[in-house]
Amino acid sequence: MNSLHEAFGQAAALVASGDATLIEIVLLSLRVSLTAVLVAALIGLPIGAAIAVGRFPGRRTLIVVLNALMGLPPVVVGLLVYLLLSRAGPLGALGILFTPTAMVIAQTVLILPIIAALSRQAIEDAWSEYQEQLRSLGAGRLSAAFTLLWDTRFSLLTAVLAGFGRAAAEVGAVMIVGGNIDGVTRVMTTAIALETSKGDLPLALGLGVILISLVLILNAAAYLTKEAAQRRYG
Amino acid sequence: MRAPSSILPLVLESVSFVAGGRAIVDAISCEIGAGSRTVIVGPNGAGKSVLMRLCHGLLRPTSGRVVWRGVGTAAIGRRQAMVFQRPVMLRRSAIANLEYALALQDVARADRTRLAREAIERVGLGHLAGRSARVLSGGEQQRLAIARAWALRPEVLFLDEPTASLDPTATREIETAIAAIHACGTKIVMTTHNLGQARRLADEIFFLNQGRLAEHAPAERFFTAPATAEAAAFIKGELPWT
Repeated sequence: MNSLHEAFGQAAALVASGDATLIEIVLLSLRVSLTAVLVAALIGLPIGAAIAVGRFPGRRTLIVVLNALMGLPPVVVGLLVYLLLSRAGPLGALGILFTPTAMVIAQTVLILPIIAALSRQAIEDAWSEYQEQLRSLGAGRLSAAFTLLWDTRFSLLTAVLAGFGRAAAEVGAVMIVGGNIDGVTRVMTTAIALETSKGDLPLALGLGVILISLVLILNAAAYLTKEAAQRRYG
Repeated sequence: MRAPSSILPLVLESVSFVAGGRAIVDAISCEIGAGSRTVIVGPNGAGKSVLMRLCHGLLRPTSGRVVWRGVGTAAIGRRQAMVFQRPVMLRRSAIANLEYALALQDVARADRTRLAREAIERVGLGHLAGRSARVLSGGEQQRLAIARAWALRPEVLFLDEPTASLDPTATREIETAIAAIHACGTKIVMTTHNLGQARRLADEIFFLNQGRLAEHAPAERFFTAPATAEAAAFIKGELPWT
């Protein structure tokens, strides 16, 4: 309990000090994870919608695989992206290993299945309710998919938030492809891992408190937005 | 009232629909002509809703054919609309729901606004046009669904138990709207298990029982002198099958 108490003190002191390194780490964490969420949502939501309303061979297998991929281990994703981006790898020529871009790619791969699988479920539920009406109005599957994406937007926000939570919390993937380089690719989770191994538990816990607080604030804001919008739109 | 290029009559040739090994609609042959208000009655589970979906094209018959016999049948989908027992409204304003339906039919943007506005005023919901459709009451949503169907200017309007989950006031408003649409020259085909409503609205009656078309008669004759014992029992409220 003592070290927890100390940790909150340390976190408060850290935030209050406005330490430039800390701010840099926090901002990089947010930048990497939010970019990954944006990219994963842009790709994953349409995939979810397409699987939800589509009829094609192998659809059920695809759903099972997608659901299973939600549990992808971050270190494995990190390793795969590392192999792709390493100098000898197929994308080695890009020279982006150990940069924030590589971290964005790894996190995007990690959370894409989460966003696609959760949005598939939400859109498919809506589709069973809307299907007859939309078909009666003359909507084809493509336009139905776009209609459903917009109409389930509040549920999809939850899917996107789940993706963000996963991205912000993971350490394995960004550690491998980012390298935890001070001032370049060090984010909150890798800093926590480093400080823990160095024995600076209060600092590690302090960073942890900041990380959890940020995720909490973002979720609270999203929840309130969703609630207000739902009250208005039903 | 009919345009020269009417898609009617609608002809069913020995139409059956089988699901789970049971014939929900069993070899129905009939013709639905222009003009009159056709009401399909029958007890629950008689196959009314399935028959209507077969006519509208949402379901394909297991055997038999559904044929629009009229001329100008190139775009059947655009000339018929359907109102369901539970209206499905999109999460957008009432008027935007109407404009959405018009956009799906490739109506030009400028015309959409005008047609949607006309239709929503016609069902008396003009003052709620900007309100989100999903927060309206059940009766208002159903009137909005009728306005949405009507905005498309269909030649045939199918209504599947449109008042089944509504209170008497809302039911009256829906019936008024249906009468107004019919007065504008739209063919009405609706199902109901409410005999009072059938009496008020029907010109001709299709009586369905256990998937078969048991009787087809002008409304007046059906109610005063039903030809079959089943129909007579149904009208008297003695339901031997329950």
